[in-house]
Amino acid sequence: MFEFDHPTVLFYNSLSRRLDATTWNEPIRVDYGERLIHLLSTICPERILNAKETQASTWVYVVGDISYFSILLFLLGILNECYSGSYKSSLLFSWLSSQKIRRETVLMADNEDDDSQQRVNEGDYVVLKRGDIYKAVQIQKKKKTVFEKQWFFLDNAVGELYGTTFEVVSGGTLQPRKPKHVEHAADAKEAGTDNRHILDDGKSQKLTRDDIETLKEQGLKGQEIVQQLIENSTTFRDKTEFAQEKYIKKKKKKYENSVMVLRPSCRILAMMYHGREPGKICHLRYDTLAQMLTLGNIHAGSKVLVFETCAGLVLGAVMERMGGYGSVVQMYPGGGPVRAGVESFGFPPHFNDTLHEFPIQHVNALLAGTLDTDAKDIDADGLQANGEKSDPTSPKKAENKKESPDAEDQNMETNSSENSAAEKEAQEREKRREIRGQEKKVRMEEKRKKLAAAAVLLQGRNADGLVIASRFHPCPVLLGLIKFLAPSRPFVVYSQYKEPLIECYTKLREQGGAVSLRLTDSWIRHYQVLPNRTHPVLLMSGGGGYLLSGTTVTTDTPKVNTEPTSVEEPAAKRVKLEEETE
Amino acid sequence: MSFVEYSEFIQEGDVAIIFLGHDSMMPIKVQQGAQTQTRYGVIRHSKDLIGQRFGTKVTCSKGGWVYVLHPTPELWTLNLPHRTQILYTTDIANITMMLELKPGSVVCESGTGSGSLSHAILRTIAPTGHLHTVEFHQQRAEKAAEEFREHRVGHLVTVRNQDVCKEGFGVTGVADAVFLDIPSPWEAIQHAKSAMKKQGGRVCSFSPCIEQVQKTCEALAGQGFEEISTVEVLLRVHEVRSITLPLPDFGPDKPLETPTDTRIPSNASVLCKTTTPPREMAGHTGYLTFATKPRM
Repeated sequence: MFEFDHPTVLFYNSLSRRLDATTWNEPIRVDYGERLIHLLSTICPERILNAKETQASTWVYVVGDISYFSILLFLLGILNECYSGSYKSSLLFSWLSSQKIRRETVLMADNEDDDSQQRVNEGDYVVLKRGDIYKAVQIQKKKKTVFEKQWFFLDNAVGELYGTTFEVVSGGTLQPRKPKHVEHAADAKEAGTDNRHILDDGKSQKLTRDDIETLKEQGLKGQEIVQQLIENSTTFRDKTEFAQEKYIKKKKKKYENSVMVLRPSCRILAMMYHGREPGKICHLRYDTLAQMLTLGNIHAGSKVLVFETCAGLVLGAVMERMGGYGSVVQMYPGGGPVRAGVESFGFPPHFNDTLHEFPIQHVNALLAGTLDTDAKDIDADGLQANGEKSDPTSPKKAENKKESPDAEDQNMETNSSENSAAEKEAQEREKRREIRGQEKKVRMEEKRKKLAAAAVLLQGRNADGLVIASRFHPCPVLLGLIKFLAPSRPFVVYSQYKEPLIECYTKLREQGGAVSLRLTDSWIRHYQVLPNRTHPVLLMSGGGGYLLSGTTVTTDTPKVNTEPTSVEEPAAKRVKLEEETE
Repeated sequence: MSFVEYSEFIQEGDVAIIFLGHDSMMPIKVQQGAQTQTRYGVIRHSKDLIGQRFGTKVTCSKGGWVYVLHPTPELWTLNLPHRTQILYTTDIANITMMLELKPGSVVCESGTGSGSLSHAILRTIAPTGHLHTVEFHQQRAEKAAEEFREHRVGHLVTVRNQDVCKEGFGVTGVADAVFLDIPSPWEAIQHAKSAMKKQGGRVCSFSPCIEQVQKTCEALAGQGFEEISTVEVLLRVHEVRSITLPLPDFGPDKPLETPTDTRIPSNASVLCKTTTPPREMAGHTGYLTFATKPRM
């Protein structure tokens, strides 16, 4: 039942030295089959320091105490036995069930098809690609998708591998294009040397608009239409080889109805948003986002604060880099955090456990220590700030108003049946209101718990990173949120405009608590690289916004001045200041 | 301290970055009893550093002070001992995103060089990824391996001393991404392809010269790579300044109505906050060529 490719078990410490069983309190590396990773990650995800695949085997680094490893060794020993004889597999199952591990999970890990994770499932968030155009969609059966002036259903994508190119055929169905696209009309290698005899008389194409439409209606594939266009072009043969290639490329782009289904990633989504909806992400260009993630030292295991109004793209990018390790606190303005972009990343559900949220309107209270997360009215506060306070109360009032005249009417009338009907209605209304009230209470309770959890994370003021990218003035945001950072941690602020960042820079300099302040922007140029036709791409992006980055340090305490060394300090300090303001 | 995990306090054996002032830093290895000379005086590790919090101000013997910072790959890039030309943060940031690196990624890199990019890769792929880095220069390979151990990221990286163009990366079918910074990347494309996972992945090649880029692109297309794209990224640093612009004296304005009030005194000026570009900036580092290996 259990078959492992690599039955040998080896223990290593972090320096790749082989260990004896007696020194197990060191990190241990286990050389074993790939499936062991799945097994171990279901049993003890928190114990796995590192797991990786090499060409011959899989290595698992684990941390823990001796008693834990005696169990682990026991498990490994059984697995080893299982390899030769399956009778002991029942032992393994009893052990696993004693560990409250679901048998199905283990079986799944065992029988896993190598490609199963590479296939598109219903409900997956994917990205469609055609040329340089991307669109993020969720795979839903029988749902019409419009992309690049084409409509189709994504039903056929389910079960196919990520990266498959589909042909859109009539009726909006997708057909996987299996064979590698054969190079275009390379047969007729006739070409001119220059364009001295090519006249633009507008008659070089013998097919008319109507002819082309007819071809399309006949259900001809894009490739075939392009071939028809080439054959019916009188000047095609006179064009230079390069011009021919360009012509084909242009026509292909217009007539070929192919679409590629990709797995979402920060790269693809950042390029997609920048291409499709730059306004939604404050014109944050992908290379600038890349700088932010690097300058912010975003990595697994840290605690990062994010304030963004970029549709969730920046938050998603941070979460991707954290890989589900550590925690992210999203500081949000208004009624709730915006996370549309995060959804498009299609993160596994456990990533949500690392994501927290905190309304920015409670920051001052939290800093002052007056935030009471147990208070019942905390939610009302939040609603008030968002102008939603009227929402829960006004319908109630309206209902009351409506009810009372009704009641009066009923009293005046003597018809008892009508009266009871109205009574019933009133009861139902009451019930509905109660249910709604209950739901609201639950929601409020959840919200309060979330707030309390985020407050706990923030209270230590020991966050490891701060990323700001919003349409708000960055200065108050930065000065407010930087207080939650531990010393010696990076922060990075994005703004579409430079001037607000100049203000941030000046204020931070005055206030202290930060070094290595840098105001930068980056510039990206794409190149066309083709034999004898290499040059920068003609059109380039004019601006991708600006960044202010720096590192926090401890702020000066008056105590320093009382130290004996302070006598000499002024002189040195002056020197220093001159240098810093340089 | 580790390059892949923050810690609060400075311990013996840590690498710490001493921040001396604007654009002036030095890396040190914290050791019991050791001393470091700076232009503000001496720092005594046992007393001034060990047990202190990262980010604190340390007062040196001459009364001057410095900040001691937690190492990050970015600070390391600015402070590492150069054994070769290195990649800087601007390029590294784009390489990391365009190669789609994240925790768990398996990456192949060649050459290791001074380890500037390696540290950034390790930071990003930890705690579950792995870096296979190949350096044909024996001394550099050994030095890099030693550094990785000192920086407590040794468990995430395998350094191989071999020629990537001839012998490849020493692994097959495991990598999600491959990075090449060698003089003739086109000779290593085939090895890059075989090092990558069956389901495909991303590749990047860094070359200073366009001729290298052309050969690389040809090799990539020849090996069936898709989405081949070459970019160049430059960073502009803006220096924040307060500038004073003097106002010219136009002489008396409408002398009949307002005799002296509106006259601008000859020493009048306007103060404004602005930025200036540095007098010189890095105009070219290298072209970055990216491509996708499709599933084969």
